[in-house]
Amino acid sequence: MCLAIPGKVVELLPEYENLGVVEVGGVRRKIDLGLLADDPAAPGDWVLIHVGFAMSKISEESAAEQMRMLAMLGENEAAMQEIEGYGMAEREPPGGLEPS
Amino acid sequence: MKFVDEFRQPELIQKTADEIRRLVDPSRHYRFMEVCGGHTHAIYRFGLKDLLPANIELIHGPGCPVCVLPMGRIDDGLAMAREPDVIFTAFGDMMRVPGAQGSPLEHKARGADVRIVYSPADALKLAQNNPGKHIMFFAIGFETTAPSTAVTLLRARAQAIRNFSVFCNHVTIIPAIRAILDSPDMRLDAFIGPGHVSTVIGCRPYEWIARHEQKPIVVSGFEPLDMLESVVMLLRQLRDGRAEVENQYKRVVPWEGNRAALKAIGEVFELRPYFEWRGLGFISQSALRLRDSFADWDAERRFQSPGVRVTDPKAAQCGEVLKGVLKPAQCKLFGNECTPERPVGALMVSSEGSCAAYYNYQHRKEQLVSVGSGV
Repeated sequence: MCLAIPGKVVELLPEYENLGVVEVGGVRRKIDLGLLADDPAAPGDWVLIHVGFAMSKISEESAAEQMRMLAMLGENEAAMQEIEGYGMAEREPPGGLEPS
Repeated sequence: MKFVDEFRQPELIQKTADEIRRLVDPSRHYRFMEVCGGHTHAIYRFGLKDLLPANIELIHGPGCPVCVLPMGRIDDGLAMAREPDVIFTAFGDMMRVPGAQGSPLEHKARGADVRIVYSPADALKLAQNNPGKHIMFFAIGFETTAPSTAVTLLRARAQAIRNFSVFCNHVTIIPAIRAILDSPDMRLDAFIGPGHVSTVIGCRPYEWIARHEQKPIVVSGFEPLDMLESVVMLLRQLRDGRAEVENQYKRVVPWEGNRAALKAIGEVFELRPYFEWRGLGFISQSALRLRDSFADWDAERRFQSPGVRVTDPKAAQCGEVLKGVLKPAQCKLFGNECTPERPVGALMVSSEGSCAAYYNYQHRKEQLVSVGSGV
């Protein structure tokens, strides 16, 4: 819960309110981007995710650093488990979003 | 200095550690509190104490939301789980936290419908997918998770999803720091401020600590170099007689915080007059509850929560450890009756709890050393 997980915004999903597809370590999930309203996220941006919601935009360098930190703290598996567990991707729009 | 080699920029780390040595006044003792449980975890994992002079003492703060939750709140939440047609949802961190009547996981084994969710939005989705059930979300966390709960509740109301409620245990960090500063047995020189909470609240709320309490505070990142740099910044302030809020974690934390997140919190929640914290007792205006306009989604009003007050197991000294009065290993149960595999107290459950962090790194290291030296 206290993990801040870095991910890259891959695309915005205008058909869902505030949701976008974010990729973390090769796994794609829908993440709520609505709390970035002050400085909206666009594809290509890196974000820090808390419990399914992007809470801040960060640089690519900070994202890599945060991922390394999680690995060093032994939390990377928990982080991936959390990402994979997000059920907001349960119902995919037509065309699908196969995990890459 | 076991982990130095695997750190990034080892020369810079050494240089910063040397700078700390130059800055410390050998005639005094420094007590710095790291507020955030993530920092506590990192400090033990990276063996940072080995890089600091012996007269700098790091005190672990109250920033682990699972740890500060009094046991009675878990029992209250689980009482709701025993109601018919209720699905109890919570983050994975909560599942093994013991209440007086057992943990959520033990309730699941006894037949309650207890499920892990990774996001409050997923609990709401469960409600949409299970119209015949009531989904209760056990909300927990500081300002890092409160905005997500708020947005989820705004959505539940907008979409009139009525089979969903939140049992709100969100707490706020500033009143806890104030309570610690007011505590007579707690003498601190400065604070290492939380990193991710500050992405939401920004740095401004800490200004009173500097201004009124005359204590320096540096909002810090989580890498070893970040924390060492923060110690340098605190030592410089103390040397110069300054007490300011400084932001070492500028690359992630904006000074003003996240306004959209704060707005969502303000729309949905209000401050409780008081809330009980494990180890710290009742602290006024230290937690959030749902506003009247969200009464229909408030599990405490829907289920008339029993308001159980449970004292911690007698022998466990979680409170003293939480306040920094005792070190984890000084608790009578530490490592014997209470281990991460079989936790008695919450500080042993969460990886951010100081007991679990101490057990997983320091304690095991010491055991290895003692085994090694015996050969």
